[in-house]
Amino acid sequence: MKLLIANGHLIDPNAAENTGMSVLIEDGRVKEWIRPGQDAPSDCEIFDASGLLVAPGFIDMHVHLREPGQEHKETIASGCAAAVAGGWTSVCPMPNTIPVNDNAAITRYMIEQAERAGLANVFPIGAITKSSDGSELAEMGEMKAAGAVAVSDDGRPVPNAGIVRRAMQYARDFDLPVIDHCEDKSLSSGGVMHEGKVSLLLGLKGMPALAEEIDAVRDILLAKDTGAHIHLAHVSTAGAVEAVRRAKNAGINVTCEVTPHHFTLTDKAVEGYDTNTKMSPPLRSEEHREAIIDGIKDGTIDAVATDHAPHHADEKALEYDRAPFGITGLETAVGLAFSELVHKGVIDLVRLVEMCSANPAKILRLDGRGTLAPGSHADLTIIDPELVWAYASADSRSRSRNTPFDGREFRGAAVGTIVAGRVVFRR
Amino acid sequence: MDKPFRRRDLLGIRDLSASEITGILDTAENFREISTREVKKVPALRGKTIINLFFESSTRTRTSFEIAAKRLSADALNISVAASSLSKGETLLDTALNLDAMAPDCIVVRHSSAGVPHQLAKVSRAAIVNAGDGANEHPTQALLDAMTIREHKGKIDGLEVAIIGDILHSRVARSNIHLLTKLGAKVRVAGPGTLVPSAFQYLVEAGLTVCDHVEDAIRGADVVMILRIQRERQDSAYFPTLREYSIHYGLTDARLDLAKKDAIVLHPGPMNRGIEIASDVADSSRSLILDQVKYGVAVRMAVLYLATGGGTQAGTD
Repeated sequence: MKLLIANGHLIDPNAAENTGMSVLIEDGRVKEWIRPGQDAPSDCEIFDASGLLVAPGFIDMHVHLREPGQEHKETIASGCAAAVAGGWTSVCPMPNTIPVNDNAAITRYMIEQAERAGLANVFPIGAITKSSDGSELAEMGEMKAAGAVAVSDDGRPVPNAGIVRRAMQYARDFDLPVIDHCEDKSLSSGGVMHEGKVSLLLGLKGMPALAEEIDAVRDILLAKDTGAHIHLAHVSTAGAVEAVRRAKNAGINVTCEVTPHHFTLTDKAVEGYDTNTKMSPPLRSEEHREAIIDGIKDGTIDAVATDHAPHHADEKALEYDRAPFGITGLETAVGLAFSELVHKGVIDLVRLVEMCSANPAKILRLDGRGTLAPGSHADLTIIDPELVWAYASADSRSRSRNTPFDGREFRGAAVGTIVAGRVVFRR
Repeated sequence: MDKPFRRRDLLGIRDLSASEITGILDTAENFREISTREVKKVPALRGKTIINLFFESSTRTRTSFEIAAKRLSADALNISVAASSLSKGETLLDTALNLDAMAPDCIVVRHSSAGVPHQLAKVSRAAIVNAGDGANEHPTQALLDAMTIREHKGKIDGLEVAIIGDILHSRVARSNIHLLTKLGAKVRVAGPGTLVPSAFQYLVEAGLTVCDHVEDAIRGADVVMILRIQRERQDSAYFPTLREYSIHYGLTDARLDLAKKDAIVLHPGPMNRGIEIASDVADSSRSLILDQVKYGVAVRMAVLYLATGGGTQAGTD
């Protein structure tokens, strides 16, 4: 089966001319680029991409799909449906399922569920330690063989530096990046929002920026020591961004990601005590948000990832300090990235595609993804950069509705999502 | 949610203007006299239903609200719920909607979590009055403190007020800081460094100073407000022992001597005698702790009256 993505504006760092270009897809792979004026084959289905951006498929390297174990919040199928509706062709679920994805059987199960759903690619992230309890290493080699692309204990970061060091030494044998949610819980425990003026004002217990920064610095020192690749999840503080910047300049193998909510919102959003503003790391103050924007601008921050964390409405309908951390993000990320980054002139389109596709592919060693070069996987994200639309969480494909962006208006949306040469979403 | 005509929430002092605060205090002045009558009851809120919804134990505040409601002839009932709605398997939202379905005019709520009154106000048709939410606000306490200060100092504008103790966890401190600075007082706070973050100075735009030493805060003060220190803070390593706390941060006669000669002492209760306040200070004529309790009833009568639609009706009562 052939599919021609016709006359779009290609955004691939490798594309020299990129307007009016068509991409021919055959058997799940990019076959060739067809230049304006060149003849296209006549026997193919056509996706008219005139006036649209055509990018290599976006890869969300940080989501929570809740399956197995918490299917009332999300399933792999519902999460993948939300992913493709948001323009993501691949998602990487964190291992905090029930039971924890700390072995090859669960990794394999997650991939099989994704195949059954037939929407987005799922590349699971395995646990660093068994049950993510921070003590014994999980079977990283076996998980990698089953399809895991990285290891992380995400929201339960390994507190013991000695164990992290061994995890890095061991993960290196399998060329697995170690992803850390930087949070020294001895500084943040009990906290429910960023510690600062607003937390004092609202009487909510704060999580200091320091809790993230201390762990980020620790991880960078360990990466330098072990030579392993450390990837810092959802950096949210000026100190963490600065630590990564210096580490990169020093040649240390470190990368990092940022979430759309951290480059968009600040702790001011917590006023009113809407539990859909509660996540970890928390929304920080404006000076941290500005440091994040600077890090996006100068290339310190490698990737955009949503940290899509669905929770049932009943679980969020609680007191602010008792509600669980996390918000959904798959369907709003592209809208936010265009509205807040591209249209405000923070970054150009090539850099956006690097952050959403090329870099995550590189970080996770996903060969043949993050590019539209002939021969690569035919995963494409097609975007209308000028489409003005409002997000309605009630229409979400996710099983959960916990977003602070309900009703928010965006400029820019994914209008077509193609996975392995199949159109899996079309707006 | 749009409230029915004239119902108004009291979620915190932070949302109020100086004139609104003065308006409540003036209304409270008018209600004071009722509590001195032989028959301590007026029909101002006859036919109104007020629910005291207390998720956190309280004797003084709950009783004060109940008496205030009854002296205005409202039907008041008390609901005490275990620490969280969650413990009953019911969400906060469900609790609110269930109570609201019984059409009360006002829900007075206390909760150990900050923001609960704000969350209830979004879904409830009844007026919500905050009787203390976590470490956020305790607006009626600040109003009764202001009434006490006004009674004894004749004004609030220009006064120097020291607030001493666990500022970080204190809803009383927050409400008082907002109220006093809005009405023109200069507020100085002090206590252990662990419980008085220096960032507190940014809480309000002007009028607040964070002092490094208790003595600096008290020196020259017209009003010294002492906060209750909670034993569990010791367990969380905010300070070593209550003994050391009392020596370095407690209000003793010697420390009170640094204040103005006619300075008054306030404490929101319940007191830990010999810890945050020495017994002889607590029992001295400068201590107005029982006046605070007395004015609490008048303030809460005013708040309930205004919240349920009184005050804008010309010619009633």
